[in-house]
Amino acid sequence: MTIDWKSYSPGNFYDEIISSPGNARIPARRLVSYLSSLNDEELLERRESANVAIKQMGVTFTVYSEEGNIDRSWPFDIIPRTMSRKQWEKTAAGLEQRLRALNLFIDDLYHGQKIIKDGVFPRYILEDSKNFRPECVGVSPRFGVWAHICGTDLVRDKDGQFYVLEDNLRVPSGVSYMLENRAITKRVLPDLFDTEKILPIDDYPANLLEALTSLSPRRSSRPSIVVLTPGIYNSAYFEHSFLAQQMGAELVEGSDLVVGEDDCVYMKTVDGLERVDVVYRRIDDLFLDPEVFNPDSVLGVPGLMRAWKKGHVALANAPGAGVADDKVVYAFVPKIIKYYLGEEPLIPNVETFLCVDDRERDYVLANLDKLVVKPANESGGTGMLVGPHSTRKERKLFETLIRANPRNYIAQPTLSLSTVPTLVDGGTIEPRHVDLRPFIIQAKKTWVTTGGLTRVAMKRGSLVVNSSQGGGSKDTWIIDTGSK
Amino acid sequence: MLSRVAQRLYWMSRYLERVENTARLMGVYTNLLLDMPSGVNIGWYNLVTLNDAEEWFESRYKVKDERNVMRFLLADPDYAGSMLSSLQRVRENIRTTRDVVPAESWEYINELTLFVQDNLTMGVNRGQRHAFIASVIKSCQQFLGLFVGGMSEGQGRAFLRIGRNIERADMTTRILDAGIKVVLENNGNVLPATEAIIWVNVLRSLSGYLPYTKQQRKTVRGTRVARYLLEDTALPRTLRYCCAAVRHACVVLPRNDAVLAHVDRLLASHYAPLDDEDAVLNQEFSDYLNHLQLQIAELHQLCEETWFTFE
Repeated sequence: MTIDWKSYSPGNFYDEIISSPGNARIPARRLVSYLSSLNDEELLERRESANVAIKQMGVTFTVYSEEGNIDRSWPFDIIPRTMSRKQWEKTAAGLEQRLRALNLFIDDLYHGQKIIKDGVFPRYILEDSKNFRPECVGVSPRFGVWAHICGTDLVRDKDGQFYVLEDNLRVPSGVSYMLENRAITKRVLPDLFDTEKILPIDDYPANLLEALTSLSPRRSSRPSIVVLTPGIYNSAYFEHSFLAQQMGAELVEGSDLVVGEDDCVYMKTVDGLERVDVVYRRIDDLFLDPEVFNPDSVLGVPGLMRAWKKGHVALANAPGAGVADDKVVYAFVPKIIKYYLGEEPLIPNVETFLCVDDRERDYVLANLDKLVVKPANESGGTGMLVGPHSTRKERKLFETLIRANPRNYIAQPTLSLSTVPTLVDGGTIEPRHVDLRPFIIQAKKTWVTTGGLTRVAMKRGSLVVNSSQGGGSKDTWIIDTGSK
Repeated sequence: MLSRVAQRLYWMSRYLERVENTARLMGVYTNLLLDMPSGVNIGWYNLVTLNDAEEWFESRYKVKDERNVMRFLLADPDYAGSMLSSLQRVRENIRTTRDVVPAESWEYINELTLFVQDNLTMGVNRGQRHAFIASVIKSCQQFLGLFVGGMSEGQGRAFLRIGRNIERADMTTRILDAGIKVVLENNGNVLPATEAIIWVNVLRSLSGYLPYTKQQRKTVRGTRVARYLLEDTALPRTLRYCCAAVRHACVVLPRNDAVLAHVDRLLASHYAPLDDEDAVLNQEFSDYLNHLQLQIAELHQLCEETWFTFE
């Protein structure tokens, strides 16, 4: 038996690969015919070899529990998602536009706050923001850039249009899995890399290194760059070490660093103390420096903020960048783009209702069973209400929560996430919902990954793609189809 | 190099060496016991005493037989010296030093850990033990090849070398001691031929039998073997060779005075009674070996203070 594409039906959703029963979209044609040339057994063999590769490469996602550490293998589906280069380039331009505007916005908030004075952005939203750091007011990071690395979640709705779901400006993760997914796919489907013009993605570490290098406060050609990790108990530790290794940077923990009396940052090495120029930190703001933020933090480095404010060390992302990583601020991003750049947004937002607005809140409360309600500052898909799948009790709870703290909640219509054929348990091909997280880097220049991390909800009908909640991932192929 | 990273490389190397030594010991004992005439009092349990692990063992097992000893040495999750525990420590240390070790190390250690986990019964049962041991040793050697061939010279390599050789030096004194204990336990009732078998196996466990015969061209005797394993400068597992290797590695490291001075003392160590080939290896020699082990532990402590724990 081989795959019967005619019986594959994504239903009412946009499918990334199949346009109508039996017909593949142009960038996916070779992939689909290649998959059709494999019989069931061969297909399962490919999946098995992917699993072996994942285990051997040690691509893990760590779940630590009281019984010990569980290194879960990265859940991966061998069928890639495809997109044409032409479409991707348009999307990438939109992502760059968005991050440039967000950085101008953050810089403005920590300086003159012109956008508030001009009445485009309401002051009370800033005043209630959990991620605005008064400690950062007046600081001027290089190039005016605060969020150097951004992971933006895109979803494709029924209409085939990409929408921005959220911007992750604090410590976005996932890029190492994007790179490893490609490495695995090259092992599993090598034939297709001969015949298809699949654009390479492995220039990410080099571009990240270039960006970090350009942030160095000392003018040396080889500044000392470190990746600051919370340590092996962090679920993204694999990524921290992966990136450090790929960039040739030191992977450090807070206890490896010390701030001297000269307010410079040093790392403890076999040779003694060595000055550090750039810290790519993968620790949340509040744990960065116990002198300024959470005094109980053992993950951070006492004095780090002092050193940063004096310009003796660069922090990426800058503390306080998370102020724009807020689902209420999100609703204003189209206005932010227009305000700072004078341009129309190239990628639209998902329609968003702010519970802080009386009229919009009334609408939300009246339609809780249809909407997705999200807290403004949580990540990883926690604390959400998915209306159509909720119980009356849950809706009641959210009504109370929203009334108690309207600023902290937004609501969006339930989206119809696009699907991709996925090899499911039992060995058949079924549609599964996906999103896409590209990574955007901004320092001296702006740059976007070619594609991004495609996350897939492995359960039938599920829209939850977070790896901490049973999501998996796929390789993402941007294909040069030659058409202009 | 970060002090913390240096420390993890050092331990990674020690644990990896421990894995290989455990495999070697299992192999040698399996051979040795098959060769022993019945009535000679030597048991599998020596493998436990050799590692100073009696207390651990006895808290978990009643019967001191082959099966339990093998299980204990291979897979006991609570005994830090078991092969599986050591592998997990190697893995955790590689995981936390991935940015300085060759990229393949992570893949190799995952492969090896999976192999040992999945094939424990091969190691426990005599029938397939040889293949199991050969496979583990081969993988450990593969690591060494990777480090030698794939890692830039420098501090990282130095700490790997120091860790490996300190572990080796320690193990060599323990294996020698184990040989002596077998002889002593039998109160001089071991026939010369049987004693030779013991010493041949001691040499074999350290890959030293053929080099010994080539170099000494004399029959295998306890005093000769002891002197060879302590003082030969050419065989990679003798005490002297290991200390010289540590010394060589330390030269590229900063603030090395105290460590070098201590290594030099170890390099100069000599047990005078061994000058007489007819001397009897007695409890006193066993005590001397114990003294050497303490000196090696002291060397470890000095490395720790000099480079790892930072003030």
